[in-house]
Amino acid sequence: MKIAVQREDFDLGAEVRAISKNDKIGAVASFVGLVRDVRMTLEHYPGMTEREIGKIVDQAAKRWQVMDCTVIHRYGELAPNDQIVLVAVASAHRGDAFAACEFIMDYLKTRAPFWKKEHRAGGGTWVEARAADDQAADRWKQGER
Amino acid sequence: MKVKLLFFAALREQLGRPTEELELPTNVNTVAALLDHLRARGGEWGRVFAPNRSVRAAVNQDMVQSEARIKAGDEVAFFPPVTGG
Repeated sequence: MKIAVQREDFDLGAEVRAISKNDKIGAVASFVGLVRDVRMTLEHYPGMTEREIGKIVDQAAKRWQVMDCTVIHRYGELAPNDQIVLVAVASAHRGDAFAACEFIMDYLKTRAPFWKKEHRAGGGTWVEARAADDQAADRWKQGER
Repeated sequence: MKVKLLFFAALREQLGRPTEELELPTNVNTVAALLDHLRARGGEWGRVFAPNRSVRAAVNQDMVQSEARIKAGDEVAFFPPVTGG
């Protein structure tokens, strides 16, 4: 398991290869989030961020077969099209890998202490939390999947 | 008792500080009581911690509800709902 909160960019291929080395692994599902439209600054709570992501990964590993997992989230200054976040889950079969990857991403959006500030021509604006993100995380509680 | 406060994102900017060491009266021993205590400073503190504003709290880096207890030496953080990912 690898959890990293860093300024630097990451290489999806290298990260996927790093969790594909066990010959019992038959599936790796990955998600990469990108900056859309506008330059932004990402702030986080050092220490708590890593802990929260760790808790989310632990929950996923109780629910699905997670043979290995990497979560990388960037902070600092980011430009349109930059990579922000990577979640990659390795499992024996695709069902567990897909589900765990989406679960981790949905909870990360509502639990991990990151805040985005968008920089437009008129100045900086803190992004408001979206109810749709809470609903996406809540789906996993209601046993809909 | 002494606690360490941390503020993030919009709260940090509005309050003009990322962190503060604070000596609390002994009866201020929950997150809710601490919020009242800070609100009583007035001005920007009253606006940032107004009851209709959505503020999240963490004690020693665990998310908590307002009834959570606080004790000497705790790290108490206040921040807006998160927007990462």
